[in-house]
Amino acid sequence: METADPTPRGTVQPGRRWVNLLLGSGVVASIISFIYPALRYIIPPPVAESPSRFVVAAKVGELKNNSGKIFKFGSRPALLVRLVDGSYRAFSAVCTHLNCTVQYRSDLREIWCACHNGLYDLGGRNVSGPPPRPLEIFEVHIQGEDVVVTRTA
Amino acid sequence: MKNFMTFIALMLFSLHPGFAAPPKDTCVTCHSVLEGDLAKPAKQFEGDVHHQAGLSCADCHGGDPNDESLNAMSRAKGFRGAPKKNQTPDFCARCHSDAAYMHRFNPKMRVDQLTQYLTSVHGKRLKQGDSKVAACVDCHGVHNTLPASDTRSTVHPAKVAATCAHCHSDPVYMKAYGIPTDQAARYQRSVHAEMLEQGDTSSPTCSTCHGNHGATPPGVTSVASVCGTCHVFFAQLFEKSPHQVAFAKLGLPGCVQCHSNHEIIRPTDAWVGSAPQSVCITCHAAGDKGYTAAQAMSADLAKLDASIGRAEKVLDVAERAGMEVSGAKMGLVDANEALVKARVNLHTFDDSALQKLTDSGVEIAGKSYQAGVAALRERDFRRKGLGIALIAIVLAITGLYLKIRQMESTNS
Amino acid sequence: MATLYRKTLNWLDERFGAGSVEEFLRHKTVPVSRHIIWYYLGGMTLFLFIIQVLTGILLLLYYRPTPNDAFESVQYIMTQVRFGWLIRSVHSWSANLMIFTAFVHMFSVYFLKAYRKPRELTWISGMLLFFILLGFGFSGYLLPWNTLAFFATKVGTEMAGSIPGIGKWLLVFLRGGEEVTGATLTRFFGFHVAVLPGLATLLLAIHLFLVQRLGMSVPPSVERAIAEGRTAQRSMPFFPSFLLRDMIGWYAALGVLGGLAAIFPWELGAKADAFAAAPAGIRPEWYFLFMFQTLKYLPAKILFLEGELAGLLGFGAVAAVWVLVPFLDRRAGFGRLTRFFTGLGIFALGYIVVVSALALR
Repeated sequence: METADPTPRGTVQPGRRWVNLLLGSGVVASIISFIYPALRYIIPPPVAESPSRFVVAAKVGELKNNSGKIFKFGSRPALLVRLVDGSYRAFSAVCTHLNCTVQYRSDLREIWCACHNGLYDLGGRNVSGPPPRPLEIFEVHIQGEDVVVTRTA
Repeated sequence: MKNFMTFIALMLFSLHPGFAAPPKDTCVTCHSVLEGDLAKPAKQFEGDVHHQAGLSCADCHGGDPNDESLNAMSRAKGFRGAPKKNQTPDFCARCHSDAAYMHRFNPKMRVDQLTQYLTSVHGKRLKQGDSKVAACVDCHGVHNTLPASDTRSTVHPAKVAATCAHCHSDPVYMKAYGIPTDQAARYQRSVHAEMLEQGDTSSPTCSTCHGNHGATPPGVTSVASVCGTCHVFFAQLFEKSPHQVAFAKLGLPGCVQCHSNHEIIRPTDAWVGSAPQSVCITCHAAGDKGYTAAQAMSADLAKLDASIGRAEKVLDVAERAGMEVSGAKMGLVDANEALVKARVNLHTFDDSALQKLTDSGVEIAGKSYQAGVAALRERDFRRKGLGIALIAIVLAITGLYLKIRQMESTNS
Repeated sequence: MATLYRKTLNWLDERFGAGSVEEFLRHKTVPVSRHIIWYYLGGMTLFLFIIQVLTGILLLLYYRPTPNDAFESVQYIMTQVRFGWLIRSVHSWSANLMIFTAFVHMFSVYFLKAYRKPRELTWISGMLLFFILLGFGFSGYLLPWNTLAFFATKVGTEMAGSIPGIGKWLLVFLRGGEEVTGATLTRFFGFHVAVLPGLATLLLAIHLFLVQRLGMSVPPSVERAIAEGRTAQRSMPFFPSFLLRDMIGWYAALGVLGGLAAIFPWELGAKADAFAAAPAGIRPEWYFLFMFQTLKYLPAKILFLEGELAGLLGFGAVAAVWVLVPFLDRRAGFGRLTRFFTGLGIFALGYIVVVSALALR
């Protein structure tokens, strides 16, 4: 909506143009500074999935009986153990003493921490050495070819 | 006289028809109305573990608990009386060394306490006629004995040190023996006492290392084995280290040499190396192999500790600036594990093993540090981006303001 | 530029009479008085709502509404997605800013008595929108599935459960079960992205239509002054004068949001653990604080009612009065009753501010 311009053309026109230029460039610049992040956002990042609470720890048949495997669960290590009878157990592998990573000892048939000789039984209970608390226990399910470990919510 | 009158009164009282049936335990009935020390056993016995098990005074002291007369305490009735100090071990062992008898009450209970006691310093001295040493009732109490699992018992793990200290911390009492009396005080300052106080009953007290019934201080050569029952790795590594042979030759008491026996406090990294607080320089001096090894190990530990500290600091700054660094912080856990293992490996007193651990730890900590630095770079990028966006916004607002002014000046 | 505008308008007008709409809007004015500052708040709230919708849609591209994945997906957005931190923090900050401006908009309308005839329905639709916004805040708060959110939701739904009669049903309906679980998360997600947006769109359409149709209300004091001849009626055209001023405000809001997102990013916290004890000092977001704190002050029993129940019923009564104020304050603009309602409003505002401050101590 243009209104009549009472002042002489010569003096106002450049002023008006500068204001329009300022306004225009300001608006455009601000829009770009909003659109640019939004556009980058919608492009998926290289790591396509958020690390979830259930993890495929191993393939069926990968572990022999009476052996263990360390795998990544979230951002922490976890331990998958295949017992002598072929069944699976899974635990957090973070020792409750000073946070070292535990391992499965097939000779002792228990879970052992190499730092200070702490021992946990196959129920995760701290049975010997310095650990003050049991290991956190995870759930294990077989889904097709995968051994899936989940944390009970 | 008073006692006699009381007794007569009791006799007359018991003639009442209501008392036709004989009282259950005349020992308790009579002694509880007597005065002072004569009444104490009867009053205390209510809570005693022997009473809970159904035993009466007569089961230990003999006599006849159904006899209301003073005859109840006659030799004819089998009365044994109160044992003298040097008779107490045999007195208690009459039952406590009888496996068949004890197993009626507690099948798991040991019955070798007397045998053990006789091997102890206390037992041997008692046999020689020393009545000041501890015998059964000095530690377990009498007439108010409680099982060791009861927290009120004088021999509960948390109470043992105080029980031993009763004699062993009394300099007047212990004068004749010529041994120190500061062990309990020192123990109270130790990490073992602290853990016990916090309820960890697996933490050692006097009897854990010295034995309870067979109390004998472990000798210089066996002290390392005692510590090694819990501190397995350290003992194993020490055994293979050059210190094992060296200490044996010098007659030094293994672990105790650096860690003390009673006042076992938390060691720090400063104990290693050539600085004034280190324990190494007690024996080693500049120029010998041990001194060099100590310096090298100290340097490696310090390097790892410093790199973990550096990473933690930068990650903290990043986190407080609002950056998400939980992943990098998790990575430091592995670096800390390396430090923990290095401190154990220290007991090989050989820097080569230590260095492998500390080097891997430094590498991990380095990665976390890099992640922290990257997070700070990202923070700076965001702030720069914000600055640019704000400039654009200010530009737009200024443009709008001027446009409004312009439009309205022409309109008015 | 102008001819393109004309041409487009003509094309649309030939299809559905866009011309008359444009004509109507071109003549939209805003009354000018010393109270004009308050007139920007409705538009500001709408602007922030649009920000919410846009950032919300972007978040939907990566968010997963299950207890196994919710926290991790938000963490992913904050750490892995390019500018995810910006979108998420803007969404969280803007939610709070929007509810704040909604509060101020509501109170300014109340004190300026813009609810008086013929704008009663505008007020009612606005109040319903306000409750919907609170619902957005409550449902959205749970979605990151962190400790704070989990327990705040637990406490909040617990309070709903203590309403007599419908309480139990309401609790189970809100939670999707007896306890706060993954079912609650799914449900709240549904409310937050489908049900509430649908309702909000409908009510917003009604609210905006009524505002356009009825024009902007003139404050009672100004109306009186005009009637007594003390001042002249001043107004400013909405397009472009008021709108350009609006845009200054909106740009400023964008600057504030950007600054907040970059310098005070919204916290992620720790993942919710249903079996852990509630952390000490748990409390709801600031806009619920005054109710939360009031319930804490009430004694265990008031007459024959349980304290908490009495409190909830009290809030209900106050809310009912507030919503119905256009019908209660009929002679708004003059008369003693009006001064009573002004006083009531001042008391309500003061109460909210003071009690919220006390809750933060």
